[in-house]
Parts: sequence; structure tokens; C-alpha cells
Amino acid sequence: MAALIECEDVWKVYRVGDMEVQALRGLSLTIEQGEFVAIMGSSGSGKSTLMNILGCLDQPTKGRYRLNGIEAGNLKPDQLAGIRNQQIGFVFQSFNLIPRTSALENAQLPLFYRGLSLKEQRAQAAAALGRVGLQGREHHYPTQLSGGQQQRVAIARALVTSPSLLLADEPTGNLDTQSSQEIMKILETLNRDEGITIILVTHEVDVAAFAAREIVIKDGQVLSDRVTKERPTAIPVGG
Amino acid sequence: MSAFVWLTILTALRILARNRMRAGLTMLGIVIGVAAVIAMVSIGEGAKRAVQAQIATMGTNVIVIFPGVTSASGVRGSQGSAMTLTVSDALDLKKRIPLLADTGWAKRDVMQIIYGNRNWNGPINGISPSYLTIRDWSFTSGGPFTQTDLESAARVALIGQTIVGNLFEPGEEPVGAVIRIKNVPFHVIGVLAPKGQSAQGADQDDVIFIPFSTAERKVFGTSFIGSVGAMFGSTDQVEDLPMAAEQIREVLRSRHRIQTEQEDDFTIRTQVDIGKVQEGTSETLTMMLFAIASVSLLVGGIGIMNILLVSVTERTREIGVRMAVGAKRRHIMMQFLIEAMTLSLVGGLLGIVLGVAGAKLTTLIAGWPTIISGNVILLAFFFSLVVGLFFGLYPANKAARLNPIEALRYE
Repeated sequence: MAALIECEDVWKVYRVGDMEVQALRGLSLTIEQGEFVAIMGSSGSGKSTLMNILGCLDQPTKGRYRLNGIEAGNLKPDQLAGIRNQQIGFVFQSFNLIPRTSALENAQLPLFYRGLSLKEQRAQAAAALGRVGLQGREHHYPTQLSGGQQQRVAIARALVTSPSLLLADEPTGNLDTQSSQEIMKILETLNRDEGITIILVTHEVDVAAFAAREIVIKDGQVLSDRVTKERPTAIPVGG
Repeated sequence: MSAFVWLTILTALRILARNRMRAGLTMLGIVIGVAAVIAMVSIGEGAKRAVQAQIATMGTNVIVIFPGVTSASGVRGSQGSAMTLTVSDALDLKKRIPLLADTGWAKRDVMQIIYGNRNWNGPINGISPSYLTIRDWSFTSGGPFTQTDLESAARVALIGQTIVGNLFEPGEEPVGAVIRIKNVPFHVIGVLAPKGQSAQGADQDDVIFIPFSTAERKVFGTSFIGSVGAMFGSTDQVEDLPMAAEQIREVLRSRHRIQTEQEDDFTIRTQVDIGKVQEGTSETLTMMLFAIASVSLLVGGIGIMNILLVSVTERTREIGVRMAVGAKRRHIMMQFLIEAMTLSLVGGLLGIVLGVAGAKLTTLIAGWPTIISGNVILLAFFFSLVVGLFFGLYPANKAARLNPIEALRYE
């Protein structure tokens, strides 16, 4: 069984005017199914670029990135969109809910692009909202929800497609301490009980402490990679 | 249709409902354009129908032949000033051209008509009886005069509605009355059914018909006996008109001994020619309508494009999120195209309602006849759809080509 994520000598080079910016310089990384990984690093370290590549929003300039055995580097934009829809859930720092649209409809969005019937979309989205503790708030608009609740809607939206990978880019960056803890507990539970692979980008040490593995990125390369917690043995790999 | 399309249409409607003011202003161009076209085409169609009805009052398949102009040392008189056409021309035409179903002739002069203590100046027409059938005159009371009346130069008259209105009391029966034209007493034997205005705008009911021979000998005091003011012919089929006109020309040229290099001393007009002039007018009108329609639809379309570009910019992050959760380019494209088409279609429908109401109101207030054709409504609907599609393409394509990373980062 191959690893969920395999990065081999990944380079990402941008051109800004005449300047060439090397955001990633030969980064290699392997993440197994069911892991909870925190990626840390100062701004400009290349961690955002890495997240974009892992999330199939971007492609490496050089090197190989395989997700679930699929070579993502050669895919066309619409194929990448298909992979994002099928395999990846995103949670953003600023929630990125669609304004003036109910929690339920926000959570439905990925299913909408799967072409499911409206009935199925609603049922699955309502179930996902239930898993993040938002029963009864299906018809609230983002403006009627607290920051923590909005982020939970975003998690429900990421979960609704049963993705193999959940990417959380500073999910607690805009939240107070209590909401941050709640959100992290939800992620922890999803990882522990459902075996969803979570990759988390954060600056905060206490947030990173929820993860079982900590990868530090510096200058577009892996600076350190260590296991901080024993992996729970109850979850079979690939489960 | 798939759930996707329906939901996108619903979403588009919701977005429009949310920004009612903006949507309304955006649609205004299309609304006004479509309304103007529908109202004006309805009025134009109504006018065209009215003109066609007027042309039909000339009679059926009519050919009119006027004498040419007199020319003295190069100075030309008015049309019909020459006395080149004669009764024998008309009789000969009928004999020699089988295509002609009938020929008639007339000569007119304006004179005073007296009845009791009233008088009126109206055109007196000396005519052959065939003229009445060629021009399709019918009667509200009494009847036409006959060939016998013509041969005996009987003092009988047929009068039009305008004459009746000016000489007789309301309700008084003119048939049987004696009127005097230039002091010659005439028996009124028929009252003509009204024809209204001619295509040129003249009152066709201001008319008195008397036998040609009577007019010539007892009323007009003509110096050239047998000369006519105009000749008329008719054919059974409208398609025969041009051929008949050509044959008339040949016969008249030979009878008048006109050399090949000389101009005709007469003018031939068929009902088709007169209709063509009117058609030309309505074609110009149609072209103008199309110009107005294109300009207003263009302006409306640009308005839609403008507001959609604003919308794409405003909703850049939303587009980024949609792409992140798996929207393909065609999904984003469809979303904005459907929004554009919803705008233009709703605008078009409002325009149709407004245009039909405007046409009805014109009939109600100004009394102009209007005809609302289903084709125009369909065309307007179709065009607003096309405008939405065309002017939505650029913004939709712009949205679909956004880079998801940059879109997500957009502030």
C-alpha cells in the first residue's frame, strides 16, 4: 500500500518581474493515510506553497507529487478540480464561507459540483453539520454565526465528501482561545475516530500540539520532521 | 436538465433578488429597447395595414393612365395638362389587349353644386359606367347609371358621402332629389358607399359622378370632344398588371405615332407600383426600428457585461472557494452565463409587457391602429437571450480563468 502523500524533490519557482523566487527547493515528504501532521515555519518559508501543491491548487515546477498514487503534476486544471472535489477538504483561516448563503447550502457546495440530486446534497450536508455539532443551525447565515461556528460550517463543508485528506491552513488564526480549542478537538476527533488524514499549518505551538507529527519548513526544504505523539494503534493503515 | 443547472438558475435569481436596485438598473437598457421595438413595430404594423386597406380602395388590379404634360419651348405644364388621351384610345385598348378585363375613362373639374338653399364646391367626374366596376364603387342606396344613360347623355348623378353630408339634412334621402351643377339639373340616382382617404390622403368621398357624355356636352364645355382626364384598366389577375401595362404602352405609342427616340405622352401607374412606394416607406421604417433596436440592445448588453464584471470582481473569493471545493471551469462559466441570461431574459420579459401595454395605450389614447404580432414578441425574447449570452461570455470566461490560489487570497 502506497503512502497517501509522496513528494519527491519538489521545486516551485515563481517569476516576479525579473526576479526568480524559489519557494520550494527539492522538498521531499511522505505522509501516510491516517496521520495528523502539523506543518510549521515562518512566513516565506514555503509552507503555503507546499499546502497549495498538496491541495492540488497548484502544481510543482519540477519533481513529483503523488496523491493516493495519482501523479498530480501532469493533470489539467479541470482534472485537478475533480481530485479536489473527490479527495480533499479545505479549511481556511478566514473560513471562506459564501456570504448570504445558509450553513446547509455552504456545506452542500462540494456535492453540488458532484452533480448529486438536491435531496442527497441536503441529507449529506445536514449529516456533516451534525458531526461538527451544528444541528439546528442549518438555516443560519454566516453573519448569524460566531467565528467558531463559521469554522465548524467550513469543516462540515470539507467533510461532506468523505475526503481522504483534510487541509487546514491556520484554522484557528482568526479565533479566540476557547473556539480554537473546540475546533482543534473536532479535528482531533475526526482524525482519531474516522481516520481522516489531517495536515495542519499553524504558527501556534499549542495548536500544533494536537498533531502527532511536526514538520518544520525553512527556505523551501524540510528543516525537521519528528513524531511528537505515538500514533494510535487502533486505526489500521488505509482504514 | 440537471440539478446543477436548476440550482444555478435558482441561485442567479436569488442574487438578483438580493440586489434588486442594481439588477433593475442593469436590465433597464434591455427593458427599454425591447419595449420600444414592440411598441413601434405594433404601431408600424397597424399603419401598414391601414395603408394596405387604403390602396385596396383603389379597386382591384387597377391600371391608371394619365395624359402626358404639355411642353411649350421646353416649359412643362403639370401632369395631365395635355389632352392626348381620348375615349377612342380607351375603346381601342380594350379591343386590342385581351389581358384587360375592362377599360374606363374619366374627366374631372371642380364646380359648384346646389341643392335647395345649400351649395358645395366639389369635383365633378364625367365617367364611363365601367369606371365604377374597375374602382370597386358600391352603393348605400340607389344604383349606378348605365350604358344607355351614357349614350343618351342623361342628367343623372351619383354622389359621395361628403357631398351628402354637405348638401342634405341628416336622415334626408338623396336618391330622387334634383341637384344643380352649373345650373343644369341632375337626378340623384345613387349614393356611393364611403371609401375614406386615398393612399395620398385625399378624401375619396368628396365626389360626384355623372355620365361622361353629359359632362362633356352639358357641364364642362370642353373644346376637345373625346379627350379624357385619365383612363383606367383592370386585369383579372394581379400578376398580369405589368404585362398589361407594357402592352398598353405599345398600343398607345403606335396610336399616338410616337417615334422610338421620343418620350411617352402619357404615364402608366399600376396598383402594384403604388403599393411598392408604400412598401418602400414601411421598409425604411423597419430599418429604422432595427437600428433603434440594435442600439438599445447593444447598450443594454454592455450594461449587463459591466455589472457582471463588477460582480466577478466582488465575488473573486467566492469563485476561489468554489474552485477549491471542485468547481470546474465550465461550472463557473455556466454560473455567470446563467446570471447574465437571467438578467437579460427578465429584462426582455418586462420589456415585452411594457411594449404591449404601450401599444395598447397608443390605440386607446391616440386612436392609432396597432397590431401586436406574436413573431415580434418571440423575436424580442430570442434577442434578449442572445444579448445575455453574448455579453455574458466575456465576464464568465474571465471568472472561469481565475487562478484558484489568487482568487482565494483576493481581498
